[in-house]
Amino acid sequence: MVDESDIFKKSQEFNELINQQKEFLQEVLKENEKLRYQIAQLKSQPHNDGLFKEEIEVLRKRVESLEKEKEELLLRYQQVEEENKDFAQRYIEVEEQNNNLANLYVASYQLHSTLDFQEVLHIVMEIVINLIGAEVFSIMLLDEKSNELVVLASEGYDSDVKFPKIRIGDGIIGQVAKSGEAYYINQATKAYPVDFEHPLASIPLKIKENVIGVINISKLLIQKDAFTAVDYELFSMLAGHAATAIFSSKLYSQSERKLSTIQSFLDLLTTSQNQG
Amino acid sequence: MENLRFLIVEDSPTMRQLISFSLKRFKGCKIVEAVDGVDALKKLQGEEVDLILTDINMPVMDGLKLVTLVKQNPKLRDIPIIIITTEGAQEDREKGLSLGAEAYISKPIQSSGLIKVITEILEKKK
Repeated sequence: MVDESDIFKKSQEFNELINQQKEFLQEVLKENEKLRYQIAQLKSQPHNDGLFKEEIEVLRKRVESLEKEKEELLLRYQQVEEENKDFAQRYIEVEEQNNNLANLYVASYQLHSTLDFQEVLHIVMEIVINLIGAEVFSIMLLDEKSNELVVLASEGYDSDVKFPKIRIGDGIIGQVAKSGEAYYINQATKAYPVDFEHPLASIPLKIKENVIGVINISKLLIQKDAFTAVDYELFSMLAGHAATAIFSSKLYSQSERKLSTIQSFLDLLTTSQNQG
Repeated sequence: MENLRFLIVEDSPTMRQLISFSLKRFKGCKIVEAVDGVDALKKLQGEEVDLILTDINMPVMDGLKLVTLVKQNPKLRDIPIIIITTEGAQEDREKGLSLGAEAYISKPIQSSGLIKVITEILEKKK
């Protein structure tokens, strides 16, 4: 990736170069004017024709050479201006990339910062609200026994909404879970009503090719009209990292529970042995 | 602008980290974090800061109450405050600014936009 400071430095160098060239150009133009004036004066003195003929010729050549130099400088000036525009555009792109990377870094860092299942869910929700800018959304996990998607956490839906279980392959959400491909609306989303089963975006949570759940976004925050480039990056990141974080924290919780049960059982055995 | 001291008031660790990440563009800056308004007021007793960045929706004490209390306090009222929130409606913005906040930014934030706003506010304050 291009170093931002390099671009700044380069841009400043170009600006300095342009300024130097401007000054030089002005000097050349002044000198040109002076010479033209001198030629005009010489021409206006008929008696000096013979005397200054040679000198006039020298001056004429000098003027021609300066004219040529001026043309070259103007051309170079235009080239530098073009390059400057190009650098300004690249600076904007680098800024955008930095922003995207910061979002992705923070999101993945937070997702893997804990093994507590509830905390992981909370972090996924934070990312969807704060980084994507969703107002209404749900997180569904696949129930392996029934092979249905069940809502595990939601935000922003009316309190009386009843979330149906979704079978793999049914509707938009079921299809996303089946195909493992994210679904999203590529245009302004304001006109779409909040409908749990017809989300604006549905992102599969995948571990390799296995879909373990889906995140459905039903409405964006009022200040956000549509998904942006960074959102698609975040969707892609969530598909993998959120899935791993949710899955591993779930396994960890289960193993913790089992460990606790075994420990209690061992304690019971030890107590009974001691009493016997 | 170097060695600036920022106070980030946010209940979301994700946002605290993201804002801190953006603020590191300011060379030598020091970042103090608080999880809600009450925590922020405690931190302000022991720390001098150049700028406060606060969320609105937080438990215990929300950002609007924090802005009100800071702006009522003669010792703290000159510290510029930027509200960073999911509340993007015009009336929310007007309310935040009417309480004395210097700027109001809606989430999701753009790092470059945030830096620009902070720079403008601190330049004006000089």
